Amino acid sequence: MPPTSSQNTDASALVALHNISKAYPGVLANDAVNLVLEAGSIHALLGENGAGKSTLVKILYGLLAPDTGTIHWQGQQVSITEPNVARQLGIAMVFQHFSLFDSLNVLENIALGMGVKADDTLARRIVEVSERYGLPLDPQRSVYTLSVGARQRIEIVRCLLQDPKLLIMDEPTSVLTPQEVGDLFETLNVLAEDGMAILYISHKLEEIRTLCSAATILRGGRVVAAADPRQESVASLAALMMGDELPPSSMRKPHKGTARVFEVAELNVLAPDANTVGLRDINLHVSAGEILGIAGVAGNGQDELLQALAGERISDEAVPIKLDGRPLGKLDAGARRRRSLCCVPEERLGHAAVPSLSLTENVFLTGHHRRDLRTFGLISYGRSKRFAQDVIDQFNVQCQGPEALASSLSGGNLQKFIVGREIMQAPRVLVISQPTWGVDAGAAAAIHKAIVELAAQGSAVLLISQDLDELMQATDRIGALCAGRLSDFYLTRDVTVQQVGLLMGGEALAGAHDGVVA
Amino acid sequence: MIALQKRARPSQLMGYLAPVIALGITILAGLVLFAALSVPVGAAFHAFFIEPISSLYGLAELGVKAAPLIIIAVALSIGFRAQVWNIGAEGQLILGGIAGSVVALAFYEVEAWYVLPAMMIAGVLGGMSWAAIPALLKTRFGVNEILTSLMLTYVAVLLLSYLVSGPMRDPDGFNFPESRLFHDAATLPKILSGTRLHIGALVALALVVAGWVLLSRTLLGFALRVNGAAPKAGSHAGFNQSRLVWVALLLGGGAAGLAGLLEVAGPIGQLLPTISPGYGFTAIIVAFLGRLHPVGVLFAGLVMALSYLGGESAQITLNLPLAVTGVFQGMLLFFLLATDVLINYSIVWRARRVA
Repeated sequence: MPPTSSQNTDASALVALHNISKAYPGVLANDAVNLVLEAGSIHALLGENGAGKSTLVKILYGLLAPDTGTIHWQGQQVSITEPNVARQLGIAMVFQHFSLFDSLNVLENIALGMGVKADDTLARRIVEVSERYGLPLDPQRSVYTLSVGARQRIEIVRCLLQDPKLLIMDEPTSVLTPQEVGDLFETLNVLAEDGMAILYISHKLEEIRTLCSAATILRGGRVVAAADPRQESVASLAALMMGDELPPSSMRKPHKGTARVFEVAELNVLAPDANTVGLRDINLHVSAGEILGIAGVAGNGQDELLQALAGERISDEAVPIKLDGRPLGKLDAGARRRRSLCCVPEERLGHAAVPSLSLTENVFLTGHHRRDLRTFGLISYGRSKRFAQDVIDQFNVQCQGPEALASSLSGGNLQKFIVGREIMQAPRVLVISQPTWGVDAGAAAAIHKAIVELAAQGSAVLLISQDLDELMQATDRIGALCAGRLSDFYLTRDVTVQQVGLLMGGEALAGAHDGVVA
Repeated sequence: MIALQKRARPSQLMGYLAPVIALGITILAGLVLFAALSVPVGAAFHAFFIEPISSLYGLAELGVKAAPLIIIAVALSIGFRAQVWNIGAEGQLILGGIAGSVVALAFYEVEAWYVLPAMMIAGVLGGMSWAAIPALLKTRFGVNEILTSLMLTYVAVLLLSYLVSGPMRDPDGFNFPESRLFHDAATLPKILSGTRLHIGALVALALVVAGWVLLSRTLLGFALRVNGAAPKAGSHAGFNQSRLVWVALLLGGGAAGLAGLLEVAGPIGQLLPTISPGYGFTAIIVAFLGRLHPVGVLFAGLVMALSYLGGESAQITLNLPLAVTGVFQGMLLFFLLATDVLINYSIVWRARRVA
């Protein structure tokens, strides 16, 4: 367990947080948290969404002030009032969301972030650091031409140029392919051998077991355990992280393909501008009762695919998209819903739901096509409210009732509500994107269960996700979207996570063609 | 030290109170302004706010001024809810007046019941045609409707002045730039004898109810609200955004055109080079003062109508320039935008923090 003495005298401790508490209105985000980081070790901060990881790290980086508690840096008590103070001490942080200018090159971006001139000296230092730690970067490349992994390398190099003693990494692998994750881990190991302390924030247990030598586990704002992840199994770490509510993770039974319900053939969508990805030669089909998975790193056309299938962008031809053999490519989103195709987009607020409207109005939003929610053409608030209440009850949505604004719900509860809204319309085809992104384990389990049950009733489900665990568990067949093109599809039980990683990188699976399901 | 603190959620109470507070501050600032001009404050207040509505005739005049404001503002608020910014209602009003006048003059000396309805239809279509131009440019080429609708207003003003001094000039009018006086069958029936209050007031009330039903109860109104609050959610639900832009602009144009027709067929009775004291622009203030809600617009329309009457009365009794009306309307919008901060923020007294 972490030391409890307020005067930490352990010589090897780089930083010691003691008794840190931070309250927000209605929630205690950090409750007397202790954390000790040592030089040369990779320390995991583990916890579900909402466990208090972000709050703790923001306190350490000077973005938030703690209500109580002390921070000792190399034995000295310090007050980290702003990120500048943290950087001067030697704390650097790589955020989950990058702050890079697309139109500038690598050198200019790094110079801007450090407040120095973009000259040859800096370029030489960038090359030096990137070679030493295995972070290949060309200083002259424009950022918009770079992959997400390369963009993350810019952020890391930017941090390393400041010679930090502590590097904080916030969920660094959530945007990387498995191959890129491997490269990142090698770099982090080299950095740790050089004596740097690394605080690694994640909820991916397998990663933490391979990478980290110590772990502090948060649940509900409290430290519930300190463990050596190398000595623990994924199951035992998960149990510590989630308490008793560990969802049963069961592989799906092999699905017997029956009638094709949903077919997409040679669908092409042009990219209207430089910020979106065009879709090329999209071919897929989903049978009744089947769950088809589409993996892929964010920004490879997932949103565009969902919009094209949902009818938010209408094709020029009707033929490419068929439901039960009937073409619906020219129909708008409402008409497709009436034909029994429902969708759940990735973005909850502003796309799937209107933040400033009540839950009652938000069920009417997509529900009026398939449910009788109007009387003589006028909106029936009574029936909409009952439908909203049904969704709330069935999917155990924590909220202040059907009149609560969508924006007042937590991410997980809003997601349950949106998924429930679509599933309770009993669609023949459900296209669902990132259903459990940023959702706590309990809600994720509930959402997965609902999807599986929908398929069991004979609906066809298309699951677009970046979460490989989710895809490997819940789908019958799997493929990947890379730069707007779909890979072949394989039976999920026949492929490994590494193989799906190759698909996500746009590579074909050599020698695995016997597994192809055409 | 005064500081603004973000509220956890927007205050509904402040949503209703902000216009009232803004009105109060406007009156105070107006009185300070009068005092600075060495006008007796009590007399100015009386002339501006009390005298215009202290007689039946005055109250009727309030209705005459409020009717076009309310008719236009109800339609504009529906468009503004959908984030379609039709700023050119003044031009659409003028086109409605012109189109209605064309019908009135074409049926000159025809005594028939259908003349007035035909004029109304023409007025609505005239306003719609003018609003259709920004709608087409917006949906086809993505041109900002704020600019196009506003600029078309000045085209409309010039078109009107060309018509009254050319093709539509009264042949027996000694070359004055005016049309013939409309025939009886082409003028609006009064609803209160001895005053100028005409059936436009009833039309305004009917539109308040219709606007309220449209916004709160119909799928179209819901689609417009969703499109304004979250356009992506609108297309997710299957609402056609181009169609909504068309609907919003045509509603605004049609209502403004109708208001223009009611002016020429009502209080004016002929086509003049100027047929509106800026109702189309003032209606924008009315829409926001009324919180983009038809019932709110009803009250806001009465308040703004009073500013017209008060300006005239202050001009007569105190020799103040007519520009006072514009000053009051401007201050009211200014203070309204300022007090709207209170919907999302609360004012707190905070002790200076010791660093």
